[in-house]
Amino acid sequence: MTCWETFEAYGLRSIGLGERLLPKTGFTLCEHVVLIGSGLVWNLYFGILALFFGFFLANAVALAKASANPWLRKPAEWFIYVFRGSPLFIQFFLAYETFVLLPRAGIDIPLGFTTITIATSWLSKAWAGALLVLFLNTAAYSAEIFYGALRSVPKGDIEAADAYGMSGWSRFRRILWPTMLRLAWPAYTNEAIFLFHATTLVFFSGFPSFQQRGDSLYYANYFASQTFNPFIAYPVIAIYFILLTLIVITLFGIVNRRLNRHLPQANRSRIRLRPQLIR
Amino acid sequence: MFASCADPSTLEGLSWLLCYLTSGKHILFYISIGTVLTLLVITAPAALAFGFGGAMAARSQFAPLRWIGKAYTSMVRGVPDIIFFLFVPIALDQLFEFIRHKAKCPDWDQPIWQGSDFVVCPAAKLPLSTSEQWVHETYGFFMAVLAFAIVFGAFAANVIYGAMNAVPRAQMETAEAYGMSHRQAFRRILVPQMWVYALPGLSNLWMILIKATPLLFVLGVRDIVYWARELGGSKTSAYEYPHPDWRLYYFLALLAFYLIMTSLSERVLRRISARLSKGQATMAGEQQRKAAA
Repeated sequence: MTCWETFEAYGLRSIGLGERLLPKTGFTLCEHVVLIGSGLVWNLYFGILALFFGFFLANAVALAKASANPWLRKPAEWFIYVFRGSPLFIQFFLAYETFVLLPRAGIDIPLGFTTITIATSWLSKAWAGALLVLFLNTAAYSAEIFYGALRSVPKGDIEAADAYGMSGWSRFRRILWPTMLRLAWPAYTNEAIFLFHATTLVFFSGFPSFQQRGDSLYYANYFASQTFNPFIAYPVIAIYFILLTLIVITLFGIVNRRLNRHLPQANRSRIRLRPQLIR
Repeated sequence: MFASCADPSTLEGLSWLLCYLTSGKHILFYISIGTVLTLLVITAPAALAFGFGGAMAARSQFAPLRWIGKAYTSMVRGVPDIIFFLFVPIALDQLFEFIRHKAKCPDWDQPIWQGSDFVVCPAAKLPLSTSEQWVHETYGFFMAVLAFAIVFGAFAANVIYGAMNAVPRAQMETAEAYGMSHRQAFRRILVPQMWVYALPGLSNLWMILIKATPLLFVLGVRDIVYWARELGGSKTSAYEYPHPDWRLYYFLALLAFYLIMTSLSERVLRRISARLSKGQATMAGEQQRKAAA
């Protein structure tokens, strides 16, 4: 099989297109690169969607934590504490066991005049269940970052907004929020990087892979266990992830430049990669 | 465990639960908590040593050593740690067996890589196939500890390298002015002062380490995750203590265990941080001085 044929057969194997059976013997480097690369689709899917939806929830939770009202503040504090204080691995297991226990036929909600049935079986599948966990997890971590940034918005900015007669929503939208985002962005970039790294845990933590459709680490592990040779599969996936990390840094760097564009050159915050936020 | 537990089928309610929670398998589950704590206790100093070595190598005057140090410290930045956890134990295992193979069986003529197998002579196997079960388990645990120490050593090296650079330059210059050699200044001035700068990063690392311990399960060690899945799965009446699928409750217990571990550590680390800031020329140290005065 030429490398192009391998690509056609396995390029989209992770989403169920192409060859049904995984290669069994005589593994080539090309097969390693193609199959592990096809698994990367799942890492991107989990990472991008969790990050996108998590961003909005994180903003809401950060604001709730900064709120003076204990009915808002306490739940936000607990949400952040539970998701940051426990391992993501355990969260995956716990979520999976919970979703499995939900009745297969769905939950009936009587509304008086009619009854609606909410289907629940899809939650025990990785594409939905793991995404939900990652979404909540990244929301908690990002909320803590945003909360910290919100607390370090310079006093002068707020006083200036007051002096201009801004208050409430317009003060938040035009002064607080952009500054908060600017201050939080370097840490948030790290969060994004480690969220992508965390997506590799999905298929090692209870969520079964349907018809051997897995993420990149699932296939790397498959190759390593079939050939008993870790020196090809793992470096291949490592290179993929280094590239992914570089792309994330570049994209977030563009946003960072935009957030900092009004500041003099010397005051701009630079993104520094720190291994701070592994879960 | 108790004499009253001899026939579980006659028990009910609380006494059933008490007997259930003290059954032989559950004792193994509680012991596996000890496994996790042992891992933490061994790995933390080992990772610190690796980190210290890595940071010193990265600061070295000798270029090749510096490159190795820099490569080691940057290795964890772009690649998910779980890949290292999967890679390091197999790779080290094969390396050890290869070295032993070369040493013990010099006249072995078959290739070591046979298709999809890694074959060394029987005398070079690690652990020997004749050894007992506990030797195999201990060896597996040892490999896991080594993998943790290498990965977290790289994280720690990052932190310590940064902390060494954060010590004010004037301190080192003063040491030189007093005629201290490079080595003396490093030992007497740099290392004692660097800890206060390293502490925030190292405490963060400790939290990460606690939260990484369930990965022992991925490495095939019988840790708490293994036992939670094993014990929680539904048991038919063929078992002594039949029950439906209780894995949810077991994982809730694990969640509580980890939450307690992290919040306890947070409290202890806050104390250590206050202790280390005493008399230091930092903001925290200054605040303490003002509060006392």
